[in-house]
Amino acid sequence: MNPFLGFIKKEIYHILRDRRSLLILLGMPIVQILLFGFAITNEIKNVEVAILDYSKDATTLEIINKISASPYFSINQLMMHEADIESVFQKGKVKAVISFEKDFGKNLIKDRHATVQIITDATDPNTANTISNYINSMVQSYLNEHNKTLTPTYQIIPQTRMVYNPELKSVYMFVPGVMTVILMLISAMMTSISITKEKELGTMEVLLVSPLKPLQVIAGKVVPYIFLSVFNAVIIIILGIFVFKMPIQGSLLLLGLESVLFIITSLTLGILISTISASQQTAMMASLMGLMLPTILLSGFIFPISSMPVILQVISNIIPAKWFIIIIKGILLKGVGISFIWKETLILIGMTLFFIAISVKKYKIRLE
Amino acid sequence: MGITLDNISKSYNGIKALENISFEVNDGELFGLIGPDGAGKTTVFRILTTLLIADEGNANVAGLDVVADYKTIRQSVGYMPGKFSLYQDLTVEENLKFFATIFGTTIAENYDLIKEIYVQIEPFKTRRAGKLSGGMKQKLALCCALIHKPKILFLDEPTTGVDPVSRKEFWEMLKRLQQKGITILVSTPYMDEAALCDRIALIQNGKILQIDTPDAIVKQYPKTIFCVNANNKYQLIEALKTYGHQHSVYPFGEFVHYTDQRNIFDVEDLKAFLKSQNLSKITIEQVQPTIEDTFMELAR
Amino acid sequence: MFGDFTAVNAITFDVKQGEIFGFLGANGAGKTTAMKMLIGILRPTHGHALVAGFDVYKQPESIKRNIGYMSQKFALYNDLTVTENVAFFGGIYGLSKALIKTKTKMLLDELGLENVANTLVGSLPLGWKQKLAFSVALLHEPKIVFLDEPTGGVDPITRRQFWEMIYKSANQGTTIFVTTHYMDEAEYCDRISIMVNGKIEALDTPEMLKRQFNVATINEVFLKLARG
Repeated sequence: MNPFLGFIKKEIYHILRDRRSLLILLGMPIVQILLFGFAITNEIKNVEVAILDYSKDATTLEIINKISASPYFSINQLMMHEADIESVFQKGKVKAVISFEKDFGKNLIKDRHATVQIITDATDPNTANTISNYINSMVQSYLNEHNKTLTPTYQIIPQTRMVYNPELKSVYMFVPGVMTVILMLISAMMTSISITKEKELGTMEVLLVSPLKPLQVIAGKVVPYIFLSVFNAVIIIILGIFVFKMPIQGSLLLLGLESVLFIITSLTLGILISTISASQQTAMMASLMGLMLPTILLSGFIFPISSMPVILQVISNIIPAKWFIIIIKGILLKGVGISFIWKETLILIGMTLFFIAISVKKYKIRLE
Repeated sequence: MGITLDNISKSYNGIKALENISFEVNDGELFGLIGPDGAGKTTVFRILTTLLIADEGNANVAGLDVVADYKTIRQSVGYMPGKFSLYQDLTVEENLKFFATIFGTTIAENYDLIKEIYVQIEPFKTRRAGKLSGGMKQKLALCCALIHKPKILFLDEPTTGVDPVSRKEFWEMLKRLQQKGITILVSTPYMDEAALCDRIALIQNGKILQIDTPDAIVKQYPKTIFCVNANNKYQLIEALKTYGHQHSVYPFGEFVHYTDQRNIFDVEDLKAFLKSQNLSKITIEQVQPTIEDTFMELAR
Repeated sequence: MFGDFTAVNAITFDVKQGEIFGFLGANGAGKTTAMKMLIGILRPTHGHALVAGFDVYKQPESIKRNIGYMSQKFALYNDLTVTENVAFFGGIYGLSKALIKTKTKMLLDELGLENVANTLVGSLPLGWKQKLAFSVALLHEPKIVFLDEPTGGVDPITRRQFWEMIYKSANQGTTIFVTTHYMDEAEYCDRISIMVNGKIEALDTPEMLKRQFNVATINEVFLKLARG
């Protein structure tokens, strides 16, 4: 048998026989997707609100019914006193209090002006914002429906439509993100650990004093993980489509090719880490701290890059994941072709070549 | 041919691991590099197997320079580094097959070379290497180093930590391999194994103390050694140390090896002294020096 | 017994106070398991044993407090200095600060380590580390000291210096229980036992064993026993 193939065969044995790692490698993507999909969500559903209605007329009743009927809210209680607001929030269940002034309906007709107060629990500012916006628009739409002759005296609330993600479904955000993180984890961390393991065990010495060329050693380590990563990418996308009904607007072929590119980028990063790590532990730490964390925080996966301080925005440019997320979101959600993402693709290719060059330079053919 | 080292020096972090090491291993010789941990044995091996570059000096393996011709050397020597370096999660057979494959050969091709050794572990061929005993790992590692029929074999501490029975068997195997024309460089911290080599180099703290055949080295021991025994070994040692004429006092198994500063002296005098120190059952006999005695004397 | 595997099979012996007892056997013979039972970190499946007067089943913690232990795999913290190591182990065994101070000085004097008192142990030569580890094991003046392959790898002179420390300690009444795979070191012991496959196949003084098997060294006794 060809020496190179013999080496790959050994690598496959190692991977298959390390049951624990295998479990994590194959199970992790599934667990992550399911977690993100079902448990972590930015959407609001059945948010509990309390009503403080000083007016209690037909107008307020209609508005209250509208709120109650929507899937976003459920009425927790009808309050009597303003003083109770604080304790209601403290109990924790109610996220917003809607308070109608006395004679709300009459004032609306007589003065063309009525006040409704929306008090939200802003300990989670994102949700609070969303809640108040929703309530606001509900009140507005009531007005529009019932009193077309009245000109509203509030400021114009812009009609927003969330383009490409009208329901702001978070699955569109996290599937690309999870995929990026998993691919980077498997490719970079597992590769670097695999190479440093040989160093630690002393078998690297024997491999060096053999006809195997260093390039064959690296390639042999990398090939099985390419297959594993591709497999994981496929699983993630399948889960996204069938469990979370994520649509794929763009070409699957392009998606596949770009994914393989990113996998290779991550693998070369793994090789680079292994050239500077003497032990598996170092490799793992370097992968986690140097790759995972920046990838999760600065790639735009969870936190939008544009909201970050400028210095971090600049730094985010050197994180391969950032470019891949742009690419993958483009293909999945916007259905763009290569003509729109060629710039990012080129950047990824450039990064890969750069990492390969450094790894080759730093790869030690001796023990020092 | 064979192996040569010429004024090899190597330092790490300011510590001199090897200082002006020179010796030669002839074709077909079984040569032992004898010394304790930290003497520099592994460094010598790594330089010869092209894994490290010496700071000074030259070395040749089979006529090839270890720095310039490293690629050719790596393809043709057999190397067994310390602690065996086997793949723990591969079976005996898989390990052997792997090493055969990366050297571009098969187990069948050179089987006759390893047969005697392999048959002893063949019953366990489907067992994972990690689950083998020390002696079996040793045999497997040797087979893996031999499978591509190298002309020169480098074995770095192959018997360390292995039980005495396996150690004895291992050396018997080495002797038989030598008869097949393979040049073997072995390192070991066990002084008794030195006697089994054709020639040895004693090494301590990065310096060579002596190079010669085991017999010749022992013959060069400068003093006469006396085996002394008494009823209480601890008190015997302490007493001998206070004797005043002692050159060396070392426990050696059930006896104490004593050498005197004087070239000739009266044994009865010593006996009387010891008696005066409240020791009894005193015996003093002359003995032949061993490699260990010689090593310790050279290392002082 | 571990599941189906009997690691140690009905071994019986006793060690007198102040004796140097050598516990020999190949790897896998059961030495380590037997030792772990005696130092209170492994419970025997059957039988009984007393160490320093304490029962291994009921009083393992008392055993631990009254014995010293040193193994080749680990003895001291490489990233602490000599003084820090002594202080640490002294503290574990409940020695007062004053006592630790006195003992540290004694120890440094005896071993000639005054100049390296504040050097990291990791940068000391192996032989110094071993002697230091032994002294640390004796810090709390235990009645029994267990040494697990204590002299691995060092040069012959340092090994003998180490054994001279053992002799001195035994002479002062400490019982020493040592395992080693250097057969010549077996001869330094008062009595030795040789384990083969979980059983004790030999137990006597070195001289008696050599006479019994009609050989000149313990190494040969071992070979005869192992080969059957």
